[in-house]
Amino acid sequence: MGGLPAGKVRRAEHAYDDWELRVDAMMMLLVGVVGGNKRMTVDELRKNIESLPPADYDKMGYYDRWVISLTQTMIQRGVITTDELAKKLAAVEKRGLSPISRRRSKSAR
Amino acid sequence: MTMQKLGTVPIYNVGDRVRVRKAAPLGHVRTPFYIRGHAGVVERICGAFANPEELAQQRDGLPKQPLYRVRFKQKDVWPGYRGSRSDVIEIEIFQHWIEA
Repeated sequence: MGGLPAGKVRRAEHAYDDWELRVDAMMMLLVGVVGGNKRMTVDELRKNIESLPPADYDKMGYYDRWVISLTQTMIQRGVITTDELAKKLAAVEKRGLSPISRRRSKSAR
Repeated sequence: MTMQKLGTVPIYNVGDRVRVRKAAPLGHVRTPFYIRGHAGVVERICGAFANPEELAQQRDGLPKQPLYRVRFKQKDVWPGYRGSRSDVIEIEIFQHWIEA
């Protein structure tokens, strides 16, 4: 992968979790593929994914990387603030739901 | 990179032998690490597109940059490649990443 050894490729299709579908939908809205209200580019998504610490990157699933990266981009663009995000994450945690899936994603890596 | 290369007009033609710049700048680039420094042949001119290096930094990426599909021999890219000697890999490379 990217010119580095990455083991065997699993070619089977797999089902997506609901949260993964929502992250995908959110990205389509943010880049304006759907809705036409463009708030970021796919290149910013890639840049922020590449900026993940390598050890974190390896542990994350495909959509884990997307959700971290598009959130980072929204902070960089001033759509949301770090403080707003912190408060929202705390509120979600209070509801008893993990804000980000902690289990291993079934997504392709 | 010369300024001459930062334009929308293609300066290479189909069939030209070109080399990918060997560089590792900061920022976001679309040229894979493993192909940097390798030579190939222009397979087609794909058109001109906003520069992703600029789009990644909240700028407009203009002027658009010519994009080429460059064909490399797999045996040239991977040390000890075991497949057919005629296997190729094609990668789309922006003009400012190419040197003659």
